[in-house]
Amino acid sequence: MLAVTTLAIVRVRNLFAVAVLSSIYSFMMATVVLVLDAPDVALTEAAVGAGVGTVLIVGALYLTKTDESPPVHGVFLPMIVAAGTAAVLLFAASETPPFGNPSNPVTAMGPDYVARSIPETGIPNVVSSVLASYRGFDTLGETVVIFTAGIAVLMLLKRSPARRRGEGDKKGE
Amino acid sequence: MRLDLILRVATKLILPFMLLFAVYVQLHGDYSAGGGFQAGAIAGAGVILYALVFGLAAARRIVPPALVETMVPLGVFIFAAVGAAGWLTGGNYLEYNYLAHDPVHGQEWGVLLVELGVFVTVSATMVAIFYAFTGRGRSR
Repeated sequence: MLAVTTLAIVRVRNLFAVAVLSSIYSFMMATVVLVLDAPDVALTEAAVGAGVGTVLIVGALYLTKTDESPPVHGVFLPMIVAAGTAAVLLFAASETPPFGNPSNPVTAMGPDYVARSIPETGIPNVVSSVLASYRGFDTLGETVVIFTAGIAVLMLLKRSPARRRGEGDKKGE
Repeated sequence: MRLDLILRVATKLILPFMLLFAVYVQLHGDYSAGGGFQAGAIAGAGVILYALVFGLAAARRIVPPALVETMVPLGVFIFAAVGAAGWLTGGNYLEYNYLAHDPVHGQEWGVLLVELGVFVTVSATMVAIFYAFTGRGRSR
């Protein structure tokens, strides 16, 4: 179903339908993530991806046209770019540690955090303690990223109505 | 525009529970799934839902844009201030162990305050972006 939705998003020309389809895609993605035992990510995906994201896309559609413009390039240039990206990604994937190996850095840190969380922080939810305490600096960085994104959108979109006549068709998408 | 009676009533029913759930996700994040980011997303979505159903002007009366634009940097400031409080109390930056009389309580306080900062920034950013998008008329 995910694949069908993705193909539909690529094929459909009406952008309003694309907005609805991407909302459906986000809901299914949230279900997949929930099945994978990550309710935190599922909550975020459902609220941000399916809810707010769709509202913002529809809001952007209101500012522009609702039909996709015909492609300007032929089919070969995008294909070369896609194939090149795929080749680079496959080359990079060959360097990653084998999936599920217990000595990987990712899996080796996990039991350590699980064992240390309750005695050191008193927080039973290990996700919270890792996010806010052990990896606090990363979370600070994330918050700054969100802050920056908000400020950037405000700077791009929040203009006085008098200046709207003279601007081009630049949109903060 | 009187045809949206069902939407209005349903929104009025859902909205208190949505905001309450956001508070629950925020404060109960230590024990169950959730935390500042998720709670902020839910609270921001609640305000956006209100604005969609009752109109932008009504939402702006309750959550004025000036407040939202103050909250965006305020959350980052809270987070950074908690980090700096680690210095002042004798630890490293973002080290919560010395915020209370014993390290475990200090950690709990630190995590709670930091999550509050994340909540403030995330919810305010959602609403601010929404206001920025919908505050513009159709330009062509």
